[in-house]
Amino acid sequence: MNLILTWACYFAICCFSLATFCAFIRLVKGSTPQDRVLGLDTMYINCMLLIIVLGMLYRTSWYFDIALLISLLGFVSSSALSKFLLRGEVIEP
Amino acid sequence: MSDIPAWIAIPASIFLVAGGLITLIGSIGLLRFEDFKSRIHAPTLGNTFGAMFTLLASILVSFHLADRVFFHEILIVVFLFLTSPVTAMLLMRSYILRLERIGK
Repeated sequence: MNLILTWACYFAICCFSLATFCAFIRLVKGSTPQDRVLGLDTMYINCMLLIIVLGMLYRTSWYFDIALLISLLGFVSSSALSKFLLRGEVIEP
Repeated sequence: MSDIPAWIAIPASIFLVAGGLITLIGSIGLLRFEDFKSRIHAPTLGNTFGAMFTLLASILVSFHLADRVFFHEILIVVFLFLTSPVTAMLLMRSYILRLERIGK
């Protein structure tokens, strides 16, 4: 039963890596700045899921805190970048 | 490494495969759609269902390992569901402002 879970973890790692690569192509290619911010946000979410799957594969709970931190930083960076695109300033006086 | 019983391993594997495929479909949609207004719909699939299935599998495995309570994964799910609409709404408002500045 360990073997099924290990191969499912490998399959999920391949899927998340391909998804991150697609988001990276959109980040490089995107025609508007909003496309690039959306690609960066998708990359954050996919890397967070990838780290959770790595924690399931190695059976440790250390990866979980890194995943929580990455999702938090992703929200902060995406909202700051879109606020900059919206108003021209991040923190308004 | 302890052996995982079948009633945990098989649902966790199904959830992992489903989450990986759904996230991959969402990101391919982000790559292939034409406009930004249709492009913003695609990664929400990975934000909601992909993350939910992967975290359900993580809940099952950590429930067997019993090294922490499963409240932490529910924390990530609640956090994602609270924050991803805020980012999408700010991005869409900035895109609409950009279209107005261009003059369309």
